[in-house]
Amino acid sequence: MTLLQAENLSIEFQTPDGVVKAVNDVSFSIGAGETVALVGESGSGKSQIALSVLGLLAGNARTSGTVTYQGKNLLEMQQNELNSIRAKEIAMIFQDPMTSLNPYMTIERQLNESLEQHEGLKGAAARKRVLEAMDAVRIPDAKNRLKAYPHEFSGGMRQRIVIAMALMCSPKLILADEPTTALDVTVQAQIMALLKEIQRESDMSVLLITHDLGVVAGACEKTLVLYAGRVMEQAGTLDLFETPSHPYTRGLLRAVPNIQDAVGDLRSIAGQPPNQMVPPPGCPFAPRCENRTEQCDRELPPLVGDIRHQRACWRPVEELV
Amino acid sequence: MMPNPSTPLLRVRDLSVEFKMSNSKGWPWQKPDVVHAVNGVSFDIHAGKCLGVVGESGCGKSTLIRAVAGLVPMAAGQIEFDGKTVNTAKKSDVLNLRRSVQMIFQDPVASLNPRMTVFQIVEEPSRAFFPKRSAQEHRERVMSLLDRVGIPRRNANRYPHEFSGGQCQRVGIARALAAEPRVLLCDEPVSALDVSIQAQIVNLLRELQREMDLTLIFVAHDLGIVRHISDDVLVMYLGGMMEYGPAESVVKSPSHPYSQALLSAVPVADPRVEVVPQILDGDLPSPLDLPIGCLFETRCPKAQNICRIERPASRKIGDAQVFCSQL
Repeated sequence: MTLLQAENLSIEFQTPDGVVKAVNDVSFSIGAGETVALVGESGSGKSQIALSVLGLLAGNARTSGTVTYQGKNLLEMQQNELNSIRAKEIAMIFQDPMTSLNPYMTIERQLNESLEQHEGLKGAAARKRVLEAMDAVRIPDAKNRLKAYPHEFSGGMRQRIVIAMALMCSPKLILADEPTTALDVTVQAQIMALLKEIQRESDMSVLLITHDLGVVAGACEKTLVLYAGRVMEQAGTLDLFETPSHPYTRGLLRAVPNIQDAVGDLRSIAGQPPNQMVPPPGCPFAPRCENRTEQCDRELPPLVGDIRHQRACWRPVEELV
Repeated sequence: MMPNPSTPLLRVRDLSVEFKMSNSKGWPWQKPDVVHAVNGVSFDIHAGKCLGVVGESGCGKSTLIRAVAGLVPMAAGQIEFDGKTVNTAKKSDVLNLRRSVQMIFQDPVASLNPRMTVFQIVEEPSRAFFPKRSAQEHRERVMSLLDRVGIPRRNANRYPHEFSGGQCQRVGIARALAAEPRVLLCDEPVSALDVSIQAQIVNLLRELQREMDLTLIFVAHDLGIVRHISDDVLVMYLGGMMEYGPAESVVKSPSHPYSQALLSAVPVADPRVEVVPQILDGDLPSPLDLPIGCLFETRCPKAQNICRIERPASRKIGDAQVFCSQL
């Protein structure tokens, strides 16, 4: 069953220097209990997609297309309607646990904010739920730490608090924007294991935004690869990693250093991502692509293929000799 | 003088770094708290080799290389560069050491002065260390360095904000090379960059290392990259050494329980491989109040009584030095 469906989502920003097309014609769906990954480098528009779902885009943003949740288009909702969904139905885990917590508020107040808003819980009943949530994310000695401030916790513990905050009202969908990027690998492993476990218990869906292909491989059923605000390829994770069809996906996979057998040079992708104020007329990846033809420079490739594995490329990997 | 191939270019012995905390809430007669950032680290690097330093944030890996660069004072220990002891070196030798050991920083944009052009940024060390060269010579040197790191000459008069992160890191590398160093200290040089750009920078560093016979210390938390570029790897935890040896053996078959846990947590970009991380309980102990015994004792799955009392000495396991008494 589809929980969230984005169709032809485009986001652009009006800036003094011109219009930046951050996201172009992105479509995807997330089923109940499913984990979908949005992979891309910085500037590929992956965070903006998550922000648009909850109506959190900056004031100069213009959106088009639809993001449907329970039959309603989230992009056209009024603030008060969105407020009834935020944190209750769809919650967000932000990237930086250092800045996404309020330094002036105790952990308890930050955690029970959404309970008070959505369920009207206060006092002992709210405290009980807060303690349960803190136990769920394994914050030791939760009882004595309710009155602590964010700076009294380590980075890993703060990210757990941010996750506990997102889980407070048992949402159906979590948008996790680089939830482990700021953390060490050992803590990352703890947090990803924790998310997986919570997801299994509560049949929650997750949209995982990351640039780390290792994290994707371990956690997601479906993966969308974004480049310059466009979907380059989307497929089941296993399929995508085994038979990448888009040269960009293949390049990304090759650029990841392998810890097991790493000798010789890494295979990099030459060049820089394009300027999104003046996007190239053809495929956005064409200037960096080894296989480009004249057509790639001229015409934008459509997203084609069967629904389980789609790619936007004129010369996909499997058609090369 | 021909360098003796058997003496290391850089020899570090029992290096410790401490930071005194400001004593704001205590009484004047109380001793201020001391952060033990680096505790007795020793290693050797031969010319042209690369040492990778890995560990979690707060383990002292950046402080370690800052101490090697002379940016923070040592509390104890000894550094020998090219056969000379740095602690007791003459002033002229210290200047030469400073020039010979250059650094590349983690945040490529923040580490460049926003009010200087790329040309000025790269020229500055050249002017500072080689005052006898003419303006024309400086200019030629800067341009050839920019060529080498892949910044087009026509962009030399631009400012750092006009470049992307990867390009800024190239400028940072050119600046370090302008001093004509023998050792490059790289403090997480690619962790702020995207995957496809990371590979470009790592490859550039490897090429430069080969061409100029540079010696590298490469600090990173990404074990895949460290494995790729390093000859030797040093695993640090809470400022101390856990394991030190050839990259091949430390990364492929780690012996220390901490190295094992760290490596098991590295995600593999292959959905068929199931990663089973050994999850360490708890958080890092405070560096203000170190465990008396083994530094890793509070989180170690194999800890015994002896580990709580005695700091383990180095033991040779295969080619690696391992600091654990339970092996």
